[in-house]
Amino acid sequence: MSLTLFEGSEAIAEAAIAAGLRFYAGYPMSPATELLEHLARKLPASGGTCINAATEIEGVNMAMGAAAAGFRAATGSCGQGLALMQEAIAESALNETPLVVFNMARNQQDYFQATRGGGWGDYRTIALAPKDLPEAVELTQLAFHLADLYRVPVIVLGDNLLARTQVSVDVGRRDFGPLPPKDWQLDGTSGGSGKSRQIWTWGAGKHNTPGPGPSVHWARIAEKFDRIAETEMRWEEGFVEDAETVVVAFGTGGKFVEHVVHDLRGQGHRIGFFRPVTLWPFPGEALERATANARRVLVFELNAGQMIDDVRLNVRDRRIVRPIGGVSFDSSGLNLGPLMDATVIRQRILDTLEGATL
Amino acid sequence: MTLIDTRQPPEQASRKVADYKPSLLQSEEHGLCPGCGEPVAIRVVLEVIEELGLAQNNIAVLGHGCYGGFIMLLDVDSTLCLHGRAPATATGIKRMRPDTAVWTLQGDGDMVNEGLAEILHATARGENITCILLNNGVFGDTGGQMTAASVIGQRTKNSIDGRTADDHGYPIAIAELVASLQGSAYVARCSVHNAASIAQTRRCVRKAFQRQTEGQGLSLVEILTMCPTGWFVAPEAGTDYLMESLGKTYPLGEIKDRAAAPAATAE
Repeated sequence: MSLTLFEGSEAIAEAAIAAGLRFYAGYPMSPATELLEHLARKLPASGGTCINAATEIEGVNMAMGAAAAGFRAATGSCGQGLALMQEAIAESALNETPLVVFNMARNQQDYFQATRGGGWGDYRTIALAPKDLPEAVELTQLAFHLADLYRVPVIVLGDNLLARTQVSVDVGRRDFGPLPPKDWQLDGTSGGSGKSRQIWTWGAGKHNTPGPGPSVHWARIAEKFDRIAETEMRWEEGFVEDAETVVVAFGTGGKFVEHVVHDLRGQGHRIGFFRPVTLWPFPGEALERATANARRVLVFELNAGQMIDDVRLNVRDRRIVRPIGGVSFDSSGLNLGPLMDATVIRQRILDTLEGATL
Repeated sequence: MTLIDTRQPPEQASRKVADYKPSLLQSEEHGLCPGCGEPVAIRVVLEVIEELGLAQNNIAVLGHGCYGGFIMLLDVDSTLCLHGRAPATATGIKRMRPDTAVWTLQGDGDMVNEGLAEILHATARGENITCILLNNGVFGDTGGQMTAASVIGQRTKNSIDGRTADDHGYPIAIAELVASLQGSAYVARCSVHNAASIAQTRRCVRKAFQRQTEGQGLSLVEILTMCPTGWFVAPEAGTDYLMESLGKTYPLGEIKDRAAAPAATAE
């Protein structure tokens, strides 16, 4: 293991290249801009291609083309840019091209977008939310693995803090196990063979080699997402066994909450934390177990209340769930704002304990 | 070779591309309307690809329109991408597989309405791909609505008394627009309204693919095609209507050709 000091965006770019990224098309938008800048410099040097797309829509469709040709491909922006990409993210789920999308978000108002999506059809998107840079490096590489394993789109959801903090990390290649051959990739060689290949959301196949058609194709894809939901849930939890209070948070917020909960435990509070690493599939059963003995479940997220829906769906009694986050911006419009502060989080937790109105 | 007299109405509804099948079609039976020009144009493209020896070295990217149904008939590695985005999707493919001939098939609604940004930026970047535009001046697949390429005076379902500049603005001549950008290597506008125009289309499509093989940049062949259903005319009236409407706004011919630089002669 070799540690190198990197700015977050550069570490993620290095991790993606180590994972075999060959094509990236992006569009500048802070705080996702530096990821594009680093890849523009590093990707060609490693034999890949990086294009400054004219729009986010063009970028994501270019990446889907590169993925259809059988190469590891990605695009990225922040939440508003991803809004423009929704149609293509759904398309990649339904035509089964492995696509990785980085969202270096402006705060945490992207939860619904990442977990529900705004594209058309019965699709889901694996959404990985790292708490810090070492985990971001790991999850970036996992994203490419999962995309290839299941032929699905995968979102890596970071933020300004992650993108712009300098940390020493090991960006070397991780091995997540074998992958099936890309026998579906478009390489152009099967023309006239009677067995040429097709990538299409309808799954209708060709005249000589008919596919199952849209109903069966889409039902199969839905079943695939059901399998992913069962097998790919990832989470982190701490001190939940005897916790009266469990605090749920994701991404960088989860790291802050973890720190505060450690602190409060040291002072004798029966408190634990729970952090979904995969926002979809949401680790609902694990959350249910982790909160089985809790009297209150607090949700810290920097938005008006998005993940709290998934928390309420998965705890024993939704009435014990209470939000302690909120919309939180700084004047730059990029950062996580005044609520992303251990002192503030600690006070908000203590307020609910003292109030004891539950 | 059987010559087909396109000046006369066909004796029966057209449901085949031709009486014999190009090797890059899995079936000549298509689902398009009688009098449609698209199967003829697509057939020409496939025959040229085969003639150039690219049969086992090409990838097709189809947009959304009636021609999209050919995704099931083409015996070519192919994808049917999102509406308007074919030049972007093709860019990703071509950058990863630079030695493969990559071509797009789009209609005027797909390229000039939904995908104007994609075709112009792909051209400006000089992407080494070949774009085929089937221009019939309407959204045929949805039943004959106005596109950005519908000509002044053209009746469509949402310009029922004819397109006017006051209400709908002016049509976009995409071929000239693409030709004006530095990244285009070859641009031509052709037609399939009679045997001579089909032969000319074949020559232009051939040059377009040759420019790609030479690495010259983006090539575009716009092919004016008949859409009697979308124009509300009888199938046999399609060829005349084409030349009286679109044909008068969009002149046929080669617009730009950045031919291969002549090989340096050894002294």
